[in-house]
Amino acid sequence: MPHLHDEKIKFLEGKANEIRQSIIEMLLAAGSGHTAGPLDMADIFTLFYFHILKHDPKNPAWPERDRLILSNGHICPVLYAAMAHAGYFPVKELKTLRKFGSRLQGHPHREWLPALETSSGPLGSGLSQAVGMALAERMDHGKATPKFFYCFMGDGELDCGQIWEAAMLAGKEKLHNVIGIIDRNNIQIDGFTEDIMPMEPLKAKWESFGWHVLEIDGHNFEAINDAVGQAQAVFEKPSVIIAHTIPGKGVDFTERRFEWHGNPPGLGPEDVIKKGEQGKEALNELRTLGGKIKSEHQ
Amino acid sequence: MPLNPKIKLNPKLFDKDAEQLPIRKGYGDGLLEAGKQDKNVVALCADLTGSTMTSTFSKVFPERFVQMGIGEQSMASVASGIAAMGKIPFLASYAMFSPGRNWEQIRTTICYNNQNVKIAGAHAGVSVGPDGGTHQAIEDIAITRVIPRMTVLTPCDAIEAKKATLAAAKMKGPVYIRLAREKTPIITTEETPFEIGKAQYFFMPSGAPQVGIIAIGALVYNAMVAAKELEAEGIMATIVNLGTVKPMDEKTVIELAKTTGAIVTVEEHQIHGGMGSLVAQACAEKQPTPIEFIGVRDVFGQSGEPNELIEHYGMGVSHIKQAVKKVIARK
Repeated sequence: MPHLHDEKIKFLEGKANEIRQSIIEMLLAAGSGHTAGPLDMADIFTLFYFHILKHDPKNPAWPERDRLILSNGHICPVLYAAMAHAGYFPVKELKTLRKFGSRLQGHPHREWLPALETSSGPLGSGLSQAVGMALAERMDHGKATPKFFYCFMGDGELDCGQIWEAAMLAGKEKLHNVIGIIDRNNIQIDGFTEDIMPMEPLKAKWESFGWHVLEIDGHNFEAINDAVGQAQAVFEKPSVIIAHTIPGKGVDFTERRFEWHGNPPGLGPEDVIKKGEQGKEALNELRTLGGKIKSEHQ
Repeated sequence: MPLNPKIKLNPKLFDKDAEQLPIRKGYGDGLLEAGKQDKNVVALCADLTGSTMTSTFSKVFPERFVQMGIGEQSMASVASGIAAMGKIPFLASYAMFSPGRNWEQIRTTICYNNQNVKIAGAHAGVSVGPDGGTHQAIEDIAITRVIPRMTVLTPCDAIEAKKATLAAAKMKGPVYIRLAREKTPIITTEETPFEIGKAQYFFMPSGAPQVGIIAIGALVYNAMVAAKELEAEGIMATIVNLGTVKPMDEKTVIELAKTTGAIVTVEEHQIHGGMGSLVAQACAEKQPTPIEFIGVRDVFGQSGEPNELIEHYGMGVSHIKQAVKKVIARK
């Protein structure tokens, strides 16, 4: 993975900020949807769509592309926003999210938007699909194929047994080109993950299933980039990157609050900001920070 | 001989020593043949390679076989991923586990996702026998036929199962193939034509037909025996084998309802949500006709010998004959 020089990091920070603004605007226009996950995954999606992925937004069906499989479909605002900013479709289309006739279905559907690799929403099935793709690829091109299959998962969805069925199979088959990215934001709808269904020791769990495990700060572009580079270099083992993220990252009043998991700005908790001002305040915060995240300036 | 001469059915069908094979064997043979014809055919199985006959394929093409272990849910989605790369995956388990246990994965990652995946459900019906109710899938047609895009095939013997498997490999889109465990009489021959979506007249009585029997799976044989005995009693029954439950050959079903004025449906499945209810829906819309339903009536199966269970749950030859007489009386 090419090293990130300062100028590139600055560019990525700017893109991530634009993507976060788009997420807030989409959710405001939709009046429903998830806020916390999309905001906390904005940095990772930005890095993937603007640095890591081998892809061609003008030719989404390019057979040699890497595959990015979003397993936790509910964070699709960040997927749609990153794809639009990368050139897959017009940015202005983002505001059609969740509306009748929109290509941007409330949870992704690849028939509406063919550039998507899969449809997702019901949790826990993405990793199996990534594993299936990698198995098919190996049947045709052997182990040395340059294609990678990235599966983005939420930490809450690791409650699903199917994830571990897929983890077992990838471990058994030594699918080195399957790279999982877990959004370790510690929240799910009903509360904090460790209260709902403890995940820890998460690293040991994946290792025991035969995976190479990396743990990083999911808001640090260099750390994400290095981890993906290392995951790509590991052979005879699938890799998973546990990306520690701050839910709702980038907007002060949404950070670290599980109540923002499934609510859009305008319908979130109003102990800090009144409902009617949540959208405006979030956008205002993002626009005045010029790509920097507020918590880094305190 | 009242067998439809156009489709070259087994002339020895009614002999005491008529050849018998398990329907699932046709799946194994068809899968191997499909694999020889197309290198994109891939097989998956969840720790039941022998009894689903997947081993016929996996022994010849080990590099195109994925052993899932007992993970039917993941198997459905892994197959979806394999299909996304342009391959034609066939996944097999017992019908109770696939499409039973993994229904949502089939619905979302295969059908909603429109992936070209084929699902073989072995050991369907109460004729699984001694294993008992846990292993007797009598709801699988209902849960597959209700999913948009799904094609549902219910072969009546091993030869038709082989053709159904080959045809499934050649068509694009999700397909469910329903298979049974026990050896059952061979009704068709290699020469019998097979086309997905086409029902076939199997039994054409000597006189003007008074009733149409629509049957699927191994029970087509019981229906044939019933029709033959009825003919000897002077009751004329025509039999249609509905090898594809979905999309149903509505033209043939309505034609049968029109010409006979009474229908009996025969299936080794719950009558709620099975083939018979599809026939009833079509008739209610286009050709209101009295119908009697042979099938399991809202109960679970149990241990026993296959024939014992078929009789216990009212799917024997005598039950079909009774239903025929009852429906004629309702005309």
